[in-house]
Amino acid sequence: MSKEVAAAAIRASHGKVAQIDEALQAAIENHGAEEHVGFPETAFYLPMACALLGEEVENLGQMQDVLEYTKTLLTDEPSDSVWLPYLSGTLDAGIATMLSEEMLKALDYLEGTEPQEGWHGFISDTILRSLGIQLVDGRMPGFAAVVGAAPDLETAEYIIRELQKRNILTFLIGNHNGKTMRDQLLEAGVLDQSIVEDPASGWDIYIVPLGPDTESIIYALNWAIRGALTFGGLQKGDWKGCLDYTRAHIFAFGLGLGTIDDLKFASGAGAINMGFSVICDTEIPEIRPTGVCTYEELVRELDHQNIVQRCIDVRGVKVTVREVDVPVPVAAAFEGEIIRREDMQVEFGGKYSHAIEYLTMRDMDEIEDGKVTVVGPDVDTVEEGSSHPVGIFMEVAGRKMQEIYESILERRTHTALNHAHGIFHMGQRDIPWIRISKEAFNAGWRLEHFGKVIVAELKNEWGAIVDKVQVTVTTDEDLMDQWTPVAKEAYRIRDERVAGMTDESVDLFYSCTLCQSYAPDHVCVISPERLGLCGAYNWLDARAAFEMNPHGPNQPVEKGECIDEEIGEFEKVNEFVYRESHQTVDRVSLYSIMEVPMTSCGCFEAILAVLPEANGFMIVNREFVDMTPCGMPFSTLAGTVGGGHQTPGFLGVGRRYVISKKFIRGDGGLPRLVWMTKEMKEDLAEGLQKRAEELGMPDLPNQIADEDDATTTEELMAYLQQVKHPALEMEPLM
Amino acid sequence: MVDPKQRSIDPAAQQMIQRAADEQIDLAWDRYEAMQPQCGFGQLGICCRNCHMGPCRIDPFGNGPQRGVCGATADVIAARNLIRMVAAGAAAHSDHGRDIAHVFLQAACNPDSDYELKDQDKLLALAEEYDIEVDSRPIQEVAVELGEKALAEFGQQDGELVMSHRAPEARIQRWRETGLMPRGIDREIVQIMHQTHIGVDADYRNILKQGLRAALSDGWGGSMIATDLQDILFGSPEPVRSKINLGVLKEDKVNIVVHGHEPALSEMIVEAARDPELLKRAEEVGATGINLAGMCCTGLEILMRKGVPAAGSFLHQELAIMTGAVDLMIVDVQCIMPAVAELADCWHTKVITTSPKAKMPGVEHIEFDEHHAYEVAKRIIRLGVENFANRQPQRVQIPEEETELVGGFTAEYVYTLLGGRFRPSYRPLNDAIISGRIRGVAGVVGCENPELPQGSCHVGIAKELIKNDVLVLAGGCSALSDARAGLMVPEAAFKYAGKGLREVCETVGMPPVLNVGSCVDNTRILIACCEVLKEGGLGQDISDLPVAGAAPEWMSEKAISIGYYVVGSGIYTVFGTPQPVMGAPAVRDFITGEGIEQLVGARFDFEPDPIKAAHLMIEHINRKREELRLGPMMYESEAQEPEPVAAS
Repeated sequence: MSKEVAAAAIRASHGKVAQIDEALQAAIENHGAEEHVGFPETAFYLPMACALLGEEVENLGQMQDVLEYTKTLLTDEPSDSVWLPYLSGTLDAGIATMLSEEMLKALDYLEGTEPQEGWHGFISDTILRSLGIQLVDGRMPGFAAVVGAAPDLETAEYIIRELQKRNILTFLIGNHNGKTMRDQLLEAGVLDQSIVEDPASGWDIYIVPLGPDTESIIYALNWAIRGALTFGGLQKGDWKGCLDYTRAHIFAFGLGLGTIDDLKFASGAGAINMGFSVICDTEIPEIRPTGVCTYEELVRELDHQNIVQRCIDVRGVKVTVREVDVPVPVAAAFEGEIIRREDMQVEFGGKYSHAIEYLTMRDMDEIEDGKVTVVGPDVDTVEEGSSHPVGIFMEVAGRKMQEIYESILERRTHTALNHAHGIFHMGQRDIPWIRISKEAFNAGWRLEHFGKVIVAELKNEWGAIVDKVQVTVTTDEDLMDQWTPVAKEAYRIRDERVAGMTDESVDLFYSCTLCQSYAPDHVCVISPERLGLCGAYNWLDARAAFEMNPHGPNQPVEKGECIDEEIGEFEKVNEFVYRESHQTVDRVSLYSIMEVPMTSCGCFEAILAVLPEANGFMIVNREFVDMTPCGMPFSTLAGTVGGGHQTPGFLGVGRRYVISKKFIRGDGGLPRLVWMTKEMKEDLAEGLQKRAEELGMPDLPNQIADEDDATTTEELMAYLQQVKHPALEMEPLM
Repeated sequence: MVDPKQRSIDPAAQQMIQRAADEQIDLAWDRYEAMQPQCGFGQLGICCRNCHMGPCRIDPFGNGPQRGVCGATADVIAARNLIRMVAAGAAAHSDHGRDIAHVFLQAACNPDSDYELKDQDKLLALAEEYDIEVDSRPIQEVAVELGEKALAEFGQQDGELVMSHRAPEARIQRWRETGLMPRGIDREIVQIMHQTHIGVDADYRNILKQGLRAALSDGWGGSMIATDLQDILFGSPEPVRSKINLGVLKEDKVNIVVHGHEPALSEMIVEAARDPELLKRAEEVGATGINLAGMCCTGLEILMRKGVPAAGSFLHQELAIMTGAVDLMIVDVQCIMPAVAELADCWHTKVITTSPKAKMPGVEHIEFDEHHAYEVAKRIIRLGVENFANRQPQRVQIPEEETELVGGFTAEYVYTLLGGRFRPSYRPLNDAIISGRIRGVAGVVGCENPELPQGSCHVGIAKELIKNDVLVLAGGCSALSDARAGLMVPEAAFKYAGKGLREVCETVGMPPVLNVGSCVDNTRILIACCEVLKEGGLGQDISDLPVAGAAPEWMSEKAISIGYYVVGSGIYTVFGTPQPVMGAPAVRDFITGEGIEQLVGARFDFEPDPIKAAHLMIEHINRKREELRLGPMMYESEAQEPEPVAAS
């Protein structure tokens, strides 16, 4: 039971503190209290002590202060009966152990006994910067601190291959009865002698032997905590911030192989403080209730075949390589892949043929889970480079499924197809455009695989709602003709559902704080007439997302009293944003760029920017790379707008906000728009025209300049005067 | 024939009850029996003595008078009587709070005071709540201002109580909108007395609303002030080991029992019992030491903070004397049976009253004086030591039973409990509730009442709740009952708790029933609810939470006041035997139905059967879980499904 773990960890913490106490006194005697102490190539002194305690230890005397503090973390071992609560003491023992291990290693560096030959030892700030960024931005899914050794060479190799397969960085630490995992991997031929000669060469293959003793785990941990200081921008001594950061952003875990002794438990308790779960391959007591870590804290998995997968599940590592039975790899990394015409085997939709995607819900017994049906000629029967119609019809069932979720799930087609290597997908509903690359085709990609990736996506990501998925992929025009009117009717109903809605007709807006992971103070407020700035969620989507996950990032926001109708400022919205922005944004308007505009995270589809000379605004979408009349391309503008700050005059928005009746109403509305990209103009043509007519300015779409008319302010002014753009006559913006 | 098993579930109590029967000494149970049949009009709440046109009583069968002389209906009479109980209960708690505030202020003003301000962190936190400048000021100055401001809230006429703002925003709004937000502490109590005077309020709903408002001034005012100032003065409790039951009395030691509710004197008694001079004297009279034992809520106060063993709960006060081993019983205020004076006369036991508000004819009174607290404490203990010589060893009979327990849980300590120094958080608790390891949380509190076998309902409910994965927070005599039954040791989780709760208890190393302290400390449960809401994921208001309350063996007016502030805060609450409203159908329906629910989002139920009561609470918790759209309980369908890992 947990009590044994507590007893072991607390026992070890006493031992470690006694050991460093003795070692430090000896060191002070030998070298004097002024003797410099620290790790090579770091600006963070003893990084763990620096992050958690704010101490900048440069000499042995200062180390004594850390030691004195560490002693206060020691508690009594739980008694045999009627024990006092021990979780807090166990976690504190973990901190005490980490601090002690760090001090011991620093003394070893002073004495020149670290790093040990053939082992990497301390990880420098340089490596932290080059590899750490991958770790926190998700390119590297996480790191494993493997402590101990596998029972045999085969298992050692199997585990390391499983980790490598998933791009997980692996640290080899400690030993089991004198055997180290490094030596096992050498013997098994996974590593060669060069790793002993140059342990840093391990970075290239994601396997780094840190040290042959358990204490070396501190090298992995004080590397991770520096991630919080460096990439999280947290201050030294902000222990809460640092530990929250490691839990939220660094997907590390401990993997204990072989016997777990007291010190391994205590070191594990340290890792758990950082939010890193520990998984062991022996009969250890488990700690499963969650809260300190995101999921379980301490778990055993006796089956080595499953142990890596178990680590990933328990720590919640987001491994993007999904196991789907298709002939190409599937991962988020392939999402942005473009397939050029010359690399294309075959395409569907777009300009040359009709394509359609439609998802509808069924009763549980109406469909067969996982069934993929292909109707019509497959891609191996058609000419290379040709274009064909395709229909992808998805039927889903689930006890919690509701009709309003259909649109959200349907849009997942985009994700599912794009994640497959060699498949390109754009658009939605009856305007998708899909390409299959020659490479994917040659690897064996056929129509049924569209169905398979969709099934996998819906079941993996939306399993809470979707119990069964059945997909029909067809190139048969008769079948498409049967489905198309049904789908179109469904699209119409969905559009009407939100199109008929006004901000006045609802009491609740919805928030989106999905992006707070990198824009911590940003809060999106989504109303029926202003969709999320990423363009992915409208009000109904956010409501459905809330219903699917009431504890998620989309929460209902009461409007409360309307403070200013023109700019769209509401009492309760202000309160909500104030709270959720961690007291940084106290007012926000929904319909103004100039007055307390909404913050932007970084995902906006487009940016609105003020053009003071033109007395109006321009809008540029993300895809447009050239210069704009405001003198900045999109990428430079994005730097000004993002990050969760209010910047009057600049605003990240979803494209379709342009054709909303509430579009920057507080600043004069659509007539203020003087420049937009051609692509957006075409994309929104119908809606723009409609709005222009409603405003009694049917020529407005033509009066708005695009990149062909102007790319500088001078050109723009000339154009606007030539077409008599209404913005010129409006009251001054500034 | 007396059957002790029908009177208490505690073997030690049974032994003393049998002894009293054998020696023909009357105890509370005997007096209760002699009182049968009790007045039906009183039980139903429909007799009125508020003016001298009466007494009036309404015929519950509809044959006799349906209105009092003034025209008051059964509903008006019952509502008035009920809120007068609230007034008395709120007054008792709040006066306790006021006395502590006086001691606090005295300690703050006088650097030579026998008291020190032990929890300075809490002092600073509270000062900030009271909007007191703390930076660059001596802490003593801050404390004086805090004491003055807290004391001023008792006589405050308008505005709102500072601590009521600890409630979640939604609850504060609700109180404001429904006119339930208390304006001051004394004012609400006084208004009850006025409103229920002959010829004032004749609308039972309006009467009950004032009852709720006064009760809230107790829960978020008087009681809460008492708890917080006591924590600052005497130190905030942290988990501590102790023992309970009559077996804590020792044959070879001077046994001193402290009984009542206020810790100001008893804290000093604990100090003084270690005085070398007194210990020496104890040796001289032939004892091996001085043994302190608590009784009732005073006992809980020094148990929570000092680990002093408790001899028993409310109905144990006479039984302790029946051991013949109590040399001195020191009493302060509340729940002290007048009977102890007479009973003590049959034994060598000396009783000392200490409060100017609670004296007994024929009993020596030594008044507690906060200015000379240690001196007074020593003087009192000396009487006990000297009385040791009067013990009649042949009459001493101490039951063996003493049960171990872990106490000392507070809302603030949960942070450390669940995360140590570096991960302090309520998150593991919220997670456990959200993931379905813990179904919800129940506060089980209140008195003991000889009409029910002592402890049977407290223990029955607690066991049934923890079996169903409901974490129990116990306060007052309920805590003492549960502790006596062995529910407050960590091992109890393995014996009695459902799998999910057991897993959480095992992880933390805590018992499945947590001792939150005396009845004035029930406010700790309210604070815990606020903290859970702040942590997030479980709604916006206390009434959204999967929590419930119970007072299974209630008898005092304080229990009524507690009940109304708990329901008034949004927590569904089950009382054991009904409140005295059963003769007033509209009042009964109002407090157990839609009426009060619409007002405060919670209501009462009455259910004396502990198992049924527990299930009413569980059903309520399940409903709240559904409303919050929480998943099913983790292990409920375990038979079919493998244990989930990393349920996300």
